[in-house]
Amino acid sequence: MALLQISEPGMSTAPHQHRLAVGIDLGTTNSLVATVRNGTSAVLNDAQGRAMLPSVVRYVDAQQILVGEIAQRNQNDDPINTISSVKRFMGRGLSDLGDTSRFPYRFMTDANTQTVQLRTAAGVKSPVEVSAEILKVLRTRAELSLGGELVGAVITVPAYFDDAQRQATKDAARLAGLNVLRLLNEPTAAAIAYGLDNGAEGVYAVYDLGGGTFDISILRLSRGVFEVLATNGDSVLGGDDFDQRIFCWLLEQNSLQALPASDMRLLLTHARTAKEQLTEHNEARITAMLSDGRVIDSVLSQAQFHEMSNNLLQRTLQPLRRALRDAGLKVADINGVVMVGGATRMPQVQRAVGEFFAQTPLTNLDPDKVVALGAAIQANLLAGNRGADDWLLLDVIPLSLGLETMGGLAEKVIPRNSTIPTARAQEFTTYKDGQTAMSIHVVQGERELISDCRSLAKFELRGIPAMAAGAARIRVTFQVDADGLLSVAAREMGSGVEATIEVKPSYGLSDGEITRMLQESGQYAKEDMQARALRELQTEANQLLDAVQNALMQDGDLLSAAQHADISAQLNNLQSSLQDSDTQVLKRAITALNDVTVNFAQARMDKSVASALAGKKISDLEI
Amino acid sequence: MSAINLDFKQSFFQLFGLAQSFELNLLLLEQRYRALQLQVHPDQAAHLMDTQQRIALQQATFVNEAYQTLRSPLRRARYLLKLNDVDTQEETNTAMPLDFLMAQMDWREAVIEAQQQRDVTALDNLSAQMQSETRELETQVAAKIDGEKDYLAAAELVRKLRFMEKLAEEIHAAYDEIDN
Repeated sequence: MALLQISEPGMSTAPHQHRLAVGIDLGTTNSLVATVRNGTSAVLNDAQGRAMLPSVVRYVDAQQILVGEIAQRNQNDDPINTISSVKRFMGRGLSDLGDTSRFPYRFMTDANTQTVQLRTAAGVKSPVEVSAEILKVLRTRAELSLGGELVGAVITVPAYFDDAQRQATKDAARLAGLNVLRLLNEPTAAAIAYGLDNGAEGVYAVYDLGGGTFDISILRLSRGVFEVLATNGDSVLGGDDFDQRIFCWLLEQNSLQALPASDMRLLLTHARTAKEQLTEHNEARITAMLSDGRVIDSVLSQAQFHEMSNNLLQRTLQPLRRALRDAGLKVADINGVVMVGGATRMPQVQRAVGEFFAQTPLTNLDPDKVVALGAAIQANLLAGNRGADDWLLLDVIPLSLGLETMGGLAEKVIPRNSTIPTARAQEFTTYKDGQTAMSIHVVQGERELISDCRSLAKFELRGIPAMAAGAARIRVTFQVDADGLLSVAAREMGSGVEATIEVKPSYGLSDGEITRMLQESGQYAKEDMQARALRELQTEANQLLDAVQNALMQDGDLLSAAQHADISAQLNNLQSSLQDSDTQVLKRAITALNDVTVNFAQARMDKSVASALAGKKISDLEI
Repeated sequence: MSAINLDFKQSFFQLFGLAQSFELNLLLLEQRYRALQLQVHPDQAAHLMDTQQRIALQQATFVNEAYQTLRSPLRRARYLLKLNDVDTQEETNTAMPLDFLMAQMDWREAVIEAQQQRDVTALDNLSAQMQSETRELETQVAAKIDGEKDYLAAAELVRKLRFMEKLAEEIHAAYDEIDN
């Protein structure tokens, strides 16, 4: 025990006080929060004793946002407004998502950042905002549990996340009111938890197959230093894809096509359950009833599942080979293989990894919790709570950073697997006499062609002193910080004039934007809520009118004269209410028409439009 | 914790307290590097004020740059020549002995062929040959820089090493391509 406590500037006046800090695993499927208490890292449970918060957010309406299990429970009924696996959309554009019809969401593109947005019952939401809702719940959980405000949090990200995805994650955390102490790579977090717990020494591979992302990291652990030698992965490969394989198989088996969103969601949920069952059992039976009354009853064997998912497994082996090569190592050099992520519970994954490394993978840690536990240990250190032993983490940048050169080629400036923080400067010159501006295009990726890399930022350097071609010397500096985030500065040196500009990638939110969003999140909603609610009710009313009118035309003969009259009266009533700008009136008219058409709907049941008229499933008509 | 203030003007050798030479005790370099990072890494300053975090970022970046430079034989040689005011002219001086250039061309063709044939064993062999050639060149660099202090001769060897490095990159890329 120290005799004297010396306070450093910037530290609290009571440095001996334990500073509350947490590690958060913001996962594709589930999220967790953990902290170090009494020297031990532990996951914090919710009031019901649950550790895992399903990463699902449901926008019921403009006011009501549900997060976690409660949102997940109803996702089959309200798939459009229930956002799951939002991590897959972080920092991504629409074109990155591929076939969007496999998602039950209404996608949009942000005009400024070209990133994906989602149209929900609470308006247009960015993946950053959706993720922030998950983080807010975890923050509240931690503060209630720890009894105080948090000093900060370490948020984990897949090691293979690029700059845009990292920036989006950091923005989400700030939007949730968290002070981000560090973005930590998930496999590295797992290695910390594993290594410190087991006093491990030597070279370890961490195989991390999460819900939507795959990472492989190779680390050297020695005397308290965790040194990442190489990392690789696939940021669009995870347990979700195994569900998807079963889902597609179900469609094929039952000759299904063009399903409504609720049915898609239902079958995906069943696919996931079947996947989990196949971990312990030889076969899984999938029974479900679709919204049109059709019954699905299929049996999937483990062998069939392994066969249909084999190429997904093979896709994880390629990054393994690359990471080993980048680290300059052979399989025989690996002392241990740590398995992380719920998807590594699948026996075929354990077998394939075991075969690749010619050793049994370590599975004594809970693959769902180990990342959060490691993040908590790191958070504790970063918050300034010093334990007896110091340890050091040296991580790397997963993807090369480069610049566009003549002919649309990418020139690498910082190669992948460089230890961070790192910086590299590159000098440029003008190619025309009197040239006063030049444009610089920063990309990330391993491919030679610019078009195959991810564009991070395009900016213009202006105010270069007019000189003969080649006389101006512009030095562009790339700085990658300990979060793996890039900033670029440029400086003109040839003339002795030093103009420095700081460039942030265009998709990131500035501090000002974050503050404004935080401030406005309450106020903005109030002003805009009414208008938005009215707009959405009008849409709903129009869809209902269309549906009822069509139904009357086709099957009006199923109704008695009195029923026909009732429905016509409510039809007219709703039509006239549409002119009204009163949301209450409109809502009542919609309900009234819904009510009188219930019987009609019943009669038409076997004509399979039941769901269109039976009440709340209007939005399904869109599909 | 960020108590030290690194002098950014000192040489990388001074930073790690090592003698300025091509021959280097890599184990000692690694130990000193880790000891320094334990003091300056941004993780040690995460709870401090912005200014201190920025200093930590700069210092840790400097230490990483120094370590990576000294750890790689080619970069170490280039750095030593720079300290002795010798430009290695890697971009401008293309006057290479003809036999060396011919050998390089043969190497590259062999790499391309191995890639096209998806022949990993051939790549392994090429890689092993390339590594032994590189080591031979490095031994010569050590003799020129540390022994004879013939920096101009060393500069030519550095240019050759740069060719070997490019070749290594191509072999690496060929492995990746075969994997695709």
